[in-house]
Amino acid sequence: MACKKERVPFSGTPEQEAALKKVIAELKDTKGALMPIMQQAQEIYGYLPIEVQTMISDETGIPLEKIYGVSTFYSQFALQPKGKYQISVCLGTACYVKGSGAIFSKLEELLGITNGECTPDGRFSLDSCRCVGACGLAPVMMINDEVYGRLVPDDIPGILAKYK
Amino acid sequence: MYRSHVLVCGGTGCTSSGSQQIMETLKTEIEKNGLSEEVSVIQTGCHGLCALGPIMIIYPDATFYSMVKVEDIPEIVAEHLLKGRVVTRLLYKETVTPAGVKALIDTDFYKKQHRIALRNCGIINPEVIEEYIGTGGYEALGKVLTEMTPDDVIQCLLDSGLRGRGGGGFPTGLKWKLAKQNDADQKYVCCNADEGDPGAFMDRSILEGDPHAVLEAMAIAGYAIGASQGYIYVRAEYPIAVERLKIAIGQAREMGLLGKDIFSSGFDFDIDLRLGAGAFVCGEETALMTSIEGNRGEPRPRPPFPAQKGLFGKPTILNNVETYANIPQIILNGAAWFASMGTEKSKGTKVFALGGKIHNTGLVEIPMGTTLREVIEEIGGGIPNGKKFKAAQTGGPSGGCIPAEHFDIPIDYDNLISIGSMMGSGGLIVMDETDCMVDIAKFFLEFTVEESCGKCTPCRVGTKRMLEILTKITKGQAAMEDLDKLEELCYYIKENSLCGLGQTAPNPVLSTLRYFRDEYEAHIKEKRCPAGVCKALLSYRIDADKCRGCTLCARNCPNNAISGTVRNPHVIDQDKCIKCGACMEKCKFGAIYKK
Repeated sequence: MACKKERVPFSGTPEQEAALKKVIAELKDTKGALMPIMQQAQEIYGYLPIEVQTMISDETGIPLEKIYGVSTFYSQFALQPKGKYQISVCLGTACYVKGSGAIFSKLEELLGITNGECTPDGRFSLDSCRCVGACGLAPVMMINDEVYGRLVPDDIPGILAKYK
Repeated sequence: MYRSHVLVCGGTGCTSSGSQQIMETLKTEIEKNGLSEEVSVIQTGCHGLCALGPIMIIYPDATFYSMVKVEDIPEIVAEHLLKGRVVTRLLYKETVTPAGVKALIDTDFYKKQHRIALRNCGIINPEVIEEYIGTGGYEALGKVLTEMTPDDVIQCLLDSGLRGRGGGGFPTGLKWKLAKQNDADQKYVCCNADEGDPGAFMDRSILEGDPHAVLEAMAIAGYAIGASQGYIYVRAEYPIAVERLKIAIGQAREMGLLGKDIFSSGFDFDIDLRLGAGAFVCGEETALMTSIEGNRGEPRPRPPFPAQKGLFGKPTILNNVETYANIPQIILNGAAWFASMGTEKSKGTKVFALGGKIHNTGLVEIPMGTTLREVIEEIGGGIPNGKKFKAAQTGGPSGGCIPAEHFDIPIDYDNLISIGSMMGSGGLIVMDETDCMVDIAKFFLEFTVEESCGKCTPCRVGTKRMLEILTKITKGQAAMEDLDKLEELCYYIKENSLCGLGQTAPNPVLSTLRYFRDEYEAHIKEKRCPAGVCKALLSYRIDADKCRGCTLCARNCPNNAISGTVRNPHVIDQDKCIKCGACMEKCKFGAIYKK
């Protein structure tokens, strides 16, 4: 996935590594532990760079290619860091019918990035997502955990201004 | 004892519109007014009327306030809770009649509904197990473990006629019977809570509003087929549901309703959560199990069926959340009770998520056999802005569009299939005359192309080719032969794909071709999009008679495509126009039109 930000050098801390090792030690012997381990690793590091995948492989003995296979299969796993503010626009059917496409275009226009990218300053990243289950508020977008509903394109500049 | 209970919806829709802050403000205000001993604030699951959220119900008189804002709270506390005076301006308009306030269950939205799967949603606090037990919770599990044999349980489900609510409609009792017949040292019970169908959120609401019902039903399933371990595979995109499930599992374990020797019957059963990671194909049963095992969620051929060789190679049953939510009620009220509702081959009720161009977006649970007209016009309150109904889309990316000519068809599994759609998980998206059916078909194909796991060629390559043809059509570059190719591809992909995702992926195209062929032809032959959606086929024009020369459009055009002087009609330069529609939105005189 293209990212307009330069490939960020991996900057994991010893604390993060210790946290990851603890998670692995706890889960290692449960059946089908790989996905839960990867999900927690992403929580610790914010994304899953190849360095983190290698650590998981070393600790669990699961081949790296399998881990890479899993991390590229599921859209939730990010191999590139996300922006400080992660914007996701719902392009589920209910939101689409109510015009979320125009909301998405407006964000692309204002941020100068497209789906899966983040701005050069690392502030915003933009993703489309499937239904967040708030169809009553369509069209909907989320910035980190904040949900914005019943949007029209003109709302976007004002909302983005809050995150400067 | 409290003299009044204030129920605040804590479902996703209402939380998104601020119900958490409302609850906090409410608690502060209640304390400020010295009412803490008299009034209790309870967070509940979804009430269904998501369009009007945040929702608040005040008992004992069940006053229904809608679209409540934080600023309204001091007034509600001072007027309603302190002085007993209803805040009329916040009442749900449907409940206000000249004769006074009528009960919620008598409004159009609720009166045709029959809530079984949703029976506790919006009524109990999902984070308190005692409230579930207080409404008869875990009684069914007790009855099963102490009075019934596994075969009795399966027979009861077979007699009830319950069919899988996740989309396929396979008889649940039969699924269980097959899994019971296979002997193994370990069997598994799985719950499919990977609700991937965009626009459907009933499973989420059940998990958020009544998580114990699912746990109880899974334990019943474990007893019936001889399994001691259950897994719930839930979308990570549903944080509230995940949190409430964790709380519920913890409480059930603490009370001995999960774990060893449940109800001193010698039966052991426990449940673990597994989070999905954003792959639509994992809603397919074999892919879901592969994913729980920690692999790429790719489906595998059947047979062997999960009932023979499922999770970790052991016999497994997999049911959907809504299916489970029905089961404790069937055990308690009997198979005959359940079978008395619905149509000949589809018993009970179905939850639908109404969305799109409809007044009352939200969740409704209706008896099978209710007509589309009743759902859309009566319960849903019709189409907003005086627009005309065009189609209802059911079954998500696997389903199809139902046109107005089938408005009076009773909704059940078989009827929907006969008109080229399917029940699916219950998303029902309403479209009006401004929606282009070719564009909608393309929208769904974009979805399947992205979500195809890539394992089998018909789906991986075929859907991509279909999307290319659809894109050509929406750009006005297609010929009539392309339409034939598109249809041929549809049948080929349906017949040859490995799993349900590919086998049903062509449905949105086939159903729109069946009912809206003229729209496809207009795009191809006349290079025209009748609904005015497909950008490449549109142009924006200014009506010189209506234009007052206010310059507003020119100032808002992002590409400087509009020229003209003050108080004189403006013109759009078609070469520069990027067709964003900003000018049309801004014009105060309706002088700009699409052609």
